[in-house]
Amino acid sequence: MSRTPKLGRGVCLVGGAMSKFGMFKGLDYKDLFAQAFLEMLDSVDNGLNPKDIEALYLGNFSSDFFLKQSHLGPVLTDLLGIVPRPAARLEGACASSALAFRAGVQAVASGMYDIVLVGGLEEMSKRSTEEVTEGLAMASSPYEWKTGFTFPGIFATIATAYFERYKASADDLFAVTLKSHENAKLNPKAQFGVTIKELMAQRAEKAKAKSQPVPSWEDERAFLSDPKVNPEIAWPLRLFDCSPISDGACCLLLVAEEIAKGFSDTPVHVAGLGQGSGYPLYLKEDLTQFEATKQAAKEAYAMSGLGPKDIQIAEVHDCFSIAEVIHTEDLGFFAPGEGIKAANEGLTRRGGPKPINTSGGLKCKGHPVGATGVAQVLEIWLQLRGRAGERQVPIDDLRVGAAHNLGGTGGTCTLTILQKKS
Amino acid sequence: MEMPFNELSYWMGMEEARLMGVKCKECGAIYLPPRPFCVQCYKDALEWKEFKGDGKLVAFTSIFVVPKSMAEQGYGRDNPYIVGVVELNEGVRIVGRIEGVDTKRPETIKIGMPLKADFPKVMEAGVSKAYLAFRPA
Ligand SMILES: [Zn+2]
Repeated sequence: MSRTPKLGRGVCLVGGAMSKFGMFKGLDYKDLFAQAFLEMLDSVDNGLNPKDIEALYLGNFSSDFFLKQSHLGPVLTDLLGIVPRPAARLEGACASSALAFRAGVQAVASGMYDIVLVGGLEEMSKRSTEEVTEGLAMASSPYEWKTGFTFPGIFATIATAYFERYKASADDLFAVTLKSHENAKLNPKAQFGVTIKELMAQRAEKAKAKSQPVPSWEDERAFLSDPKVNPEIAWPLRLFDCSPISDGACCLLLVAEEIAKGFSDTPVHVAGLGQGSGYPLYLKEDLTQFEATKQAAKEAYAMSGLGPKDIQIAEVHDCFSIAEVIHTEDLGFFAPGEGIKAANEGLTRRGGPKPINTSGGLKCKGHPVGATGVAQVLEIWLQLRGRAGERQVPIDDLRVGAAHNLGGTGGTCTLTILQKKS
Repeated sequence: MEMPFNELSYWMGMEEARLMGVKCKECGAIYLPPRPFCVQCYKDALEWKEFKGDGKLVAFTSIFVVPKSMAEQGYGRDNPYIVGVVELNEGVRIVGRIEGVDTKRPETIKIGMPLKADFPKVMEAGVSKAYLAFRPA
């Protein structure tokens, strides 16, 4: 029994913005959401009266654990001055705000609302690394975290299976890390807008200033091979394979297709929307793929009538470098086992045939868990509208892009396909 | 005593050094950990099945940045621990700690190596608790 999923009516993305991602001592999640919201208002070509927002769908993983604050909906409608409009918080671990996006699209597509705000936020940096590690582990299955699996540990385990099957090694992941830094350098909102080369120079400067022996490395790969700068987190994954602990917020404005032109000169359509669920590690027949991604892709490709070859750029959920590689295979961009080769051949670089994570990805843009899903969609929206600044991809007639978001250990995955039709 | 087919019983089995899953009397499907009903035939006809604990290593990691609960047990950057996925001879997989191997030199551990279940105990908040570990067979 399978019918093609479809939207009841067209839905367009006409505004969006994110706060800077990073670790902020003097700012909390409300401040960051306020930053994103104000910039979002500016991004709407023909303007938006905030009082016209009919509902808010908000993604957040664990304000309960990280901030001891649940029930975020009304906190946000108050912040935005839109009480008594309805608000709901959705949770899907690191895919929380992709679920909020999906709920927002469904609300508009169903005809229930015309103008909906979707957003996401997370504030994590005021907790210790041990506490964050504990909090994130809650997004795995109960048997996994009670066994001692951490988040990096889950993906490291997947990496050993991938390396074993495809005869690769952790050093082959350097290409992914180098690309993330290269792209983030061009993204002013990124947490780590710095290339590996610059990091090497910074390290040397620091040592010089402290009159310590000045370290030197032959090249970037030598730097990433140095356990002093790139220590193990969960073998075989090292620090530079992992996305950071981040604070951040992001929001997007969705409106019905009929009224989209009133807001935007170049509205972008939600062409495909897919979501899947996945098994914990011990129930997966194949550890080198995510069944939830495949389900999400199947749905989104069917809804849009598009396929992997039509996707010109994509943001994929690179919570860990190995994850990016696997997603590019699960989404059909590359054959199983070929993703790591593609990364090493530069095919996924900004100027390559299949640019992946032009924003710098979770690795370098930052990964405030609940904000990530909408921030990925934002990057695609910016690129499709030619508003990505210095990191704009050099593709003529860029029309189709996709954002892939993963929650937990692959328990929830989504794929959103955006298309510029006009 | 009638134990419910659930997660609680799974962990209680550990305390008696037993790896307990379930078998569907209707269609023969086996499950580890236990689950409340058969998701193959959806008949409510389960019985307990004890797994022998012999298997082989499928995938693993050595964890250097540890969560709070493991830090409290003395694990950390200088004392990593290993967790992995093990395929049991009965044909199902389970997650567990991997012990009796060099945690600081995980590259010496081989995927496919034969393993045997063990049920060590650890003190957690003043209470003794058993967990599932596998050691080289
Ligand atoms: Zn059955």
